[in-house]
Amino acid sequence: MAIPRGKVVAIMGGSGSGKTTILRLIGGQLRARDGKVLVQGQSVRDLSREELFAMRRRIGMLFQFGALFTDMTVFENVAFPIREHTDLDEALIRDLVLMKLHAVGLRGAAQFHPAELSGGMARRVALARAIALDPMLVMYDEPFAGLDPISLGIVGQLIRRLNDALGITSVVVTHDVYESLKIVDYLYFVSEGRIISQGTPQEVRQSTDPFVRQFVDGQPDGPVPFHYPAKPYAEELAARVA
Amino acid sequence: MSHSNSLSRGMRRIGAGTIRAISRTGFMFRFFLAVLLKTPSALHRLQLTAREIYFAGVLSLVVIMVSGLFVGMVLGLQGYDSLNKYGAGDSLGIFVGLSLVRELGPVVAGLLFASRAGSAVTAEIGLMKTTEQLSAMEMMAVDPLARIVAPRFWGGVISMPLLAALFSVMGVFGAYLVGVRLIGVDNGTFWGNMQAGIDFWPDITNGIIKSVVFGIAVSLIAVFEGYDADPTAEGVSAATTRTVVGGSLAILALDFVLTVFMFRGLGNV
Repeated sequence: MAIPRGKVVAIMGGSGSGKTTILRLIGGQLRARDGKVLVQGQSVRDLSREELFAMRRRIGMLFQFGALFTDMTVFENVAFPIREHTDLDEALIRDLVLMKLHAVGLRGAAQFHPAELSGGMARRVALARAIALDPMLVMYDEPFAGLDPISLGIVGQLIRRLNDALGITSVVVTHDVYESLKIVDYLYFVSEGRIISQGTPQEVRQSTDPFVRQFVDGQPDGPVPFHYPAKPYAEELAARVA
Repeated sequence: MSHSNSLSRGMRRIGAGTIRAISRTGFMFRFFLAVLLKTPSALHRLQLTAREIYFAGVLSLVVIMVSGLFVGMVLGLQGYDSLNKYGAGDSLGIFVGLSLVRELGPVVAGLLFASRAGSAVTAEIGLMKTTEQLSAMEMMAVDPLARIVAPRFWGGVISMPLLAALFSVMGVFGAYLVGVRLIGVDNGTFWGNMQAGIDFWPDITNGIIKSVVFGIAVSLIAVFEGYDADPTAEGVSAATTRTVVGGSLAILALDFVLTVFMFRGLGNV
């Protein structure tokens, strides 16, 4: 699996297919037992803790439900990585934070607490926080989960626009086929820890691969079976009578 | 056959439980060392620790002081009743003072501290873990042990002795209200006996040592249980319970151990 610089790449698959694990491997929260994850040519597994932290400073991550710090305001949340990693003075930090919040359209919500935000707004604040240090790579863990159609469209557009405007590389882990086909450059389909299929959005739309078709068309049964593996139905029913 | 089966199953459960308890204790001490190692970087941001002293200490003031007052008033009544039977009603001051400074201050304040502040810290850290705030922090290259855990640990360790001291002060005041004002023990005798009978060394210092040790134990248990909680609603709830139960038992057990050593040091045993 390769994630080229400057592109938006989606990793798709059903729940439990190992998508989030890939992000954790890239970010070094999990260490690969087999194989290698290279970020800018460096093997994540072999980094020391200091090197890993240095690498993470150049990676932004958007967690599934935002993972905003609930004891801080929106402003402080976005300022957090800047304050932790730089010695900029407060006036400059204020300007930077307002710029990041403006980019996601939430400059007006700077003094809110995370509890006062809707799901979509929280996701956008988390996005502003993820790009606070102008990272080279932003990872999105299910950025579309649980959003209404408008918020979903906004977040999708933001991912694309920020990627192009800031020259970052984006990895989007999602199971939302429709939205990702609109915004990404390349898709990987994974299942049970393996890459099943891959291609550009155009190729995916025309694909005849049964797994891709099941996924794109949302069919309940196919290569991914509807039934969890079980004993034969008749055998199990008969056994209960005996 | 089935009998030996259930016997071996029982044995296995005991064994597994023992191994789990030992490995958890070991994990907790490694965690303790890690927190101590992160302390210098946490001290750079003193305002974080100050904030935790506010949450653990200042916000516990009301419950600690009211409890101290009532415990002191009850001590005054019960103490006078018992002492007066032997004609020693005048010794109320020293009786109350010693009980509070040596035992009740550190122990009762510690128990209240575990349930008021310890549970809050566990629940807060546990929920931060559940909502991926700790993961998010790690991904921002900020160590949660330095940013979240160490300030809460030290906030508790610093607050606890101060709360125990205030508890004792309020207790003495409560005993004064009941003993002198209500029952009519002589004012001068009450305070004079107390002054003569309680020494800074060893009585008060021993009380301070106890409250510091309890503060370390409760704070360590609270941050550890929060950090180690299962990231689910049940996990955080169970962790909070473990903090209160484990913290309270740790205080009572440590109190016994410390008391044994302190009295041996005095040559009284």
